[in-house]
Amino acid sequence: MERITEIDQLKRKAEEIRYDIVDMIAEAGSGHPGGSLSAADIGAVLFFNEMKYDPQNPEWKDRDKFILSKGHAAPLLYTLLAHAGYFERSELKTLRKYKSRLQGHPASYMLPGVEVSTGSLGQGLSISCGIAMAGKMDKKNYRVYTLLGDGELDEGQVWEAAMFATHKKLDNLCAIVDRNRLQIDGDTEQVMALEPLKAKWDAFGWHTILIDGHNISDILHAFEEFNTIRKKPTIILAKTVKGKGVSFMENIAGWHGKAPNKEELEQALKEIKARMHT
Amino acid sequence: MKTQDIKPIRDGYGNALLKLGETNPNVLVLDADLSTSTRTNWFGEKFPDRFIDVGIAEQNMVDIAAGLSLEGKIPFVTTYGVFVSGRAFDQLRNTVCYSQLNVKIVGSHGGISVGPDGGSHQAIEDIALMRILPSMTVVVPCDHFQAYKATMQLAKMKGPAYLRLAREATKAITNENSNFEIGKAQIVNEGEDCAIFFAGTIGSEVMKALELLHDKNIFPTIINIHTIKPIDKECIIKYAKKFGKLMTVEEHLQAGGLGSAIAEVLAENYPAKMKMLAIYDRFGESGKPDVLLDAFGLSARKICEQVEEFVKE
Repeated sequence: MERITEIDQLKRKAEEIRYDIVDMIAEAGSGHPGGSLSAADIGAVLFFNEMKYDPQNPEWKDRDKFILSKGHAAPLLYTLLAHAGYFERSELKTLRKYKSRLQGHPASYMLPGVEVSTGSLGQGLSISCGIAMAGKMDKKNYRVYTLLGDGELDEGQVWEAAMFATHKKLDNLCAIVDRNRLQIDGDTEQVMALEPLKAKWDAFGWHTILIDGHNISDILHAFEEFNTIRKKPTIILAKTVKGKGVSFMENIAGWHGKAPNKEELEQALKEIKARMHT
Repeated sequence: MKTQDIKPIRDGYGNALLKLGETNPNVLVLDADLSTSTRTNWFGEKFPDRFIDVGIAEQNMVDIAAGLSLEGKIPFVTTYGVFVSGRAFDQLRNTVCYSQLNVKIVGSHGGISVGPDGGSHQAIEDIALMRILPSMTVVVPCDHFQAYKATMQLAKMKGPAYLRLAREATKAITNENSNFEIGKAQIVNEGEDCAIFFAGTIGSEVMKALELLHDKNIFPTIINIHTIKPIDKECIIKYAKKFGKLMTVEEHLQAGGLGSAIAEVLAENYPAKMKMLAIYDRFGESGKPDVLLDAFGLSARKICEQVEEFVKE
């Protein structure tokens, strides 16, 4: 896998990812566009700049690990894996269909590249702690990245893991929160207020970085910073827009888990394509 | 009687972990603040770098173990059966079993013989919860010798497994040299009058009942079916054919436990009448273990009465 270092090329990669996300969800007739699109820029930087892995050898012991704690963003993960070369892009069209390896939520026993099955929220950070802990025990250099939804932070287990990670000084662990401020039932601050979120993670002893989750340069710098931090885990609170990149989906909770119809798809792809060619 | 004949089953587990600590560098032990009670502290003192106490956080513990297993570790996750099977059920279902991870779950303090701590601490539904999970193996050893062997074998076997232990010191039924194989029921006594299947330390009451029954000229076959899943169908069908009916004894709810597992096999293969000595749709309560076993119809005396009746029917 070739590492992309140019910001413009990473931006373009993120748009390619968005294109396939929307396309595959429309084909499936169901799925989660909102939270897949909001994390597309973060995903693109992670997979095409930050992480070390080998699609020809998914079991490579020293690879960096990515855990999609917000499992409903499966279309994002599948698209990243396809673009990275784990499987053909054409397989993306099998999403959510019978006999497909691309289950509605990621199933690791079916698809190489998916580290662990997720879908039931609140578990990814704990799993990542285990992987990071094993890395420390074995003196390995791999790093562990976990993408959490902000609504997911309602789950108490996340905070159990937050305590564990600092207690064990897991500086090889980087969590990223896709802070799009919307969960299924509405605004996170209305449903179950998360703020002051940075103060919470600070209090739990994490190195906390606030960024604009759609600014490629911000994202690159955040990972750069993570790689310099010792003796504590890092969390990147990435301010994002749910449905980012498709005008009619942006900031609408209703697009959390709904597929676009034919006209909506055309409109969405047109918008994304326009940005791909600028 | 030799002192090694009466020991808590968790001692067998604790000793097996010590052995595994020496022989398999990948074996790790996790506990949730109950390590003196579950005997994992023995391992923790000897191998502190491979012992993780997560504090009182069972859900976190199960998923941390999941992560460790992804890196080739063999984590033994240990706490009271009631907490690990109930509180962390979703973590076991959606992460460990769904991803088919090599995580070993050890639930100590199974059954009402936990005693004074009462219903909140007595796991009586754990076998049901664990055996319904696809890819999960469920083993319920009867004494400390068997717990030792089960632990050693589970460490070698790939995939998720639940090992159920108990609190009380009970009389050993097997010995150091008896054969033990996961998935293969063990015939403890061959008799001519009926067949009794049991799992776990309740076996010590069954063995006491056997002596009482001999005095009444009743000679049952007694089978220690320590593996609830995968269950030894062949053995169950064989004895259902021989006697036309079966009896089961367990320290667990009747719903979903050993009796239910056997009934599933019989209903599909060789329908036969059954009598299930178990806990019927209620929680446990505080009391001395022997008092509770008697009150719940699971003491040697009560088992004996039930067998007598069952043989006459």
